[in-house]
Amino acid sequence: MRDLRADRRPILLTNARIIDPSRDLDMEGDLLIADGVIRDARRGIGAAGVPEGTEVIDCRGKVAAPGLIDMRAFVGEPGAEYRETFASASQAAAAGGVTTIVSQPDTSPAIDEPAMVDFVLRRARDTAIVHVHPMAALTKGARGSEMTEIGLLKAAGAVAFTDGAKTVTNAQVMRNALVYARDFDALIVHHTEDPDLVGEGVMNEGEFAARLGLVGVPKAAETIVLERDVRLVALAQGRYHAASITCADSLEVLRRAKDAGLTVTAAASINHLTLNEIDVGSYRTFCKLAPPLRAEADRVALVEAVRSGLVDAVMSDHNPQDVETKRLPFAEAAPGAIGIETMLAASLRLVHSGDIALPVLLKAMSTRPAELLGLPGGALRSGSPADVVVFDPDAPWVLDRAELKSKCKNTPFDEARLQGRVTRTIVGGRTVYEYV
Amino acid sequence: MNIAPKTTFVLHHRHLLGIEGLSPDEIVGLLDLAEEFVDLNRQIEKKRTSLRGRTQVNLFFEASTRTQSSFELAGKRLGADVMNMSVMSSSMRKGETLIDTAITLNAMRPDILVVRHHASGAVELLARKVDCAVINAGDGAHEHPTQALLDALTIRRNKGPIENLTVAICGDIAHSRVARSNIILLNALGARVRVVAPSTLLPPGIENFGVEVCRDMREGLRNADIVMMLRLQRERMNGSLVPSSQEYFAYFGLDAKKLAYAKPDALVMHPGPMNRGVEIDSSVADGAQSLIREQVEMGVAVRMAVLEALSRNLPNA
Repeated sequence: MRDLRADRRPILLTNARIIDPSRDLDMEGDLLIADGVIRDARRGIGAAGVPEGTEVIDCRGKVAAPGLIDMRAFVGEPGAEYRETFASASQAAAAGGVTTIVSQPDTSPAIDEPAMVDFVLRRARDTAIVHVHPMAALTKGARGSEMTEIGLLKAAGAVAFTDGAKTVTNAQVMRNALVYARDFDALIVHHTEDPDLVGEGVMNEGEFAARLGLVGVPKAAETIVLERDVRLVALAQGRYHAASITCADSLEVLRRAKDAGLTVTAAASINHLTLNEIDVGSYRTFCKLAPPLRAEADRVALVEAVRSGLVDAVMSDHNPQDVETKRLPFAEAAPGAIGIETMLAASLRLVHSGDIALPVLLKAMSTRPAELLGLPGGALRSGSPADVVVFDPDAPWVLDRAELKSKCKNTPFDEARLQGRVTRTIVGGRTVYEYV
Repeated sequence: MNIAPKTTFVLHHRHLLGIEGLSPDEIVGLLDLAEEFVDLNRQIEKKRTSLRGRTQVNLFFEASTRTQSSFELAGKRLGADVMNMSVMSSSMRKGETLIDTAITLNAMRPDILVVRHHASGAVELLARKVDCAVINAGDGAHEHPTQALLDALTIRRNKGPIENLTVAICGDIAHSRVARSNIILLNALGARVRVVAPSTLLPPGIENFGVEVCRDMREGLRNADIVMMLRLQRERMNGSLVPSSQEYFAYFGLDAKKLAYAKPDALVMHPGPMNRGVEIDSSVADGAQSLIREQVEMGVAVRMAVLEALSRNLPNA
């Protein structure tokens, strides 16, 4: 295989539909990339107006947009390299048009010290083909009791603080962390699921769970924690982001918080936007997620919230699980689905169905995450980093999980008919993925 | 003496994983077939040869005395070679997964697997990995189809057609596979089904199951033809869902006084094993209105019917 990254020539993407959500730009035109940054984006640059040796790529019928920034992806390094490494996650990301992975800190051991942040950044630098920015643990060992060195961790490169898939149940710990983090303008990201209310629950509570004889997780397990956090943010005035909200009740809480002027934001996973509890079907463990897939009414409400901007970001919640943890009775299987490679294609369902305009969707997967995390990407202005995804929004294909680049194949979209395919991913001005 | 079965009933399923998915005709067909076996089981010579040469494996991941012995007897009376495997005590303890166990057993070429497992959906998962017919002998809180069939047979023999009978299912509905299978079956045959339990023992969404939901025994048993009691697991009465067994018995335990709320000729059922003094009083369990012992007898006949019906679909049958 030819090493795409060795090619350092300038790139001219011609006749593309250029979408830059950072400045509401949506036009036909050319995009010039050189020296790792966007040089120009306008109509009619043409091959004549570019430096000698520029690689010219005809993008007729395709979209060129800022590379996606995935705010929530679990990578197994350190401790679970059999599930995913920075190398494999970044290959999957590149194939999915994701140019920045925001990795989760609830690894083994947790990313709770500056040296661990440094480890992640070095491993990513040496093995990953897309950008990787780590979130650090909010509490030591992600155990929910003592806050981590938020200042030093941020200085080392942590872009936000979270206990990953764990909820900080102690309100005092959360309050103090919010107050302290404010002094460093650090963003706290929280998985809002009360573990006691989740209990033995394995899917959305309701009739469908009752019919399957499975224990349900009530929506209140999520909204109670979110509601508590919003009140703590009102006390502490810190920056807070709900990592993955799933139901209409949470949207109400979020709306009130935003109306009150609190610095509260939220993300929804691509799974919760495109699937519902019925997809669990006859005990499909690939659809076992935490928080669980909800009712169709909740899914519809979430989609509308992404459209209106109430939900700020869409992420993959990438969580590789191998057959040993998935090929089990439903209640015994681990939760989680991979998603980084299919995030764009799956989310285009919402565009093709007419629910969300493409620029709005792309904003939630690039510009808004960049703003929330203080990252330079998410835009196609002159001087922006040349992180670009080129995709054919209409190309139909059927997903075969064996072809996915992730080490684990636990996708809920296996054999799904998808419309929209990434044809090229550019990171820092170099092509890291090309679909041929 | 070897009477050939009169019924030429065909069940259009490879496995029996639940009542869900069976048509009313199929349910009635199984009950009719079971009636023949009731007669057979009351003779001195109880043997049939329809499963001769067949291997039936009872694979129980959860302790069970009555269901396992009922299936064992049913298989033996039909002439099958029956092997019991209690997996609590063997390889699952050593870390072997359900699927590995299934694949291992499958390699021994059984014809019928009877499976009980503590996780909902586990029997269906296993059925996808084996070549033989699979009978669900209870999976988690999901289904227990042969129990619902034997209950229906017992009701039918005592009350006639199930249509329009009022059946009150009382107790731990939330965790009961017996309740789920019975609700589906009784609804399919046109009974009026009530569930009676404290709210903590009712699963969310139960009102959409086509049942009347009652939280009081007087209301729930009014005009009932059948009172079906469920077992309450000990771990649920320690204050988590029910404050104590005393309080549970006071409000939901079936004694003569509460039974008087039902029709005078109402009959009492229980899938067993009973917690006497918790969900049912001994005077009722052993009283004239009790069908509990007859249920056990019907269990063998129904399981013979299911084994017979599934074996007719086996290769080389």
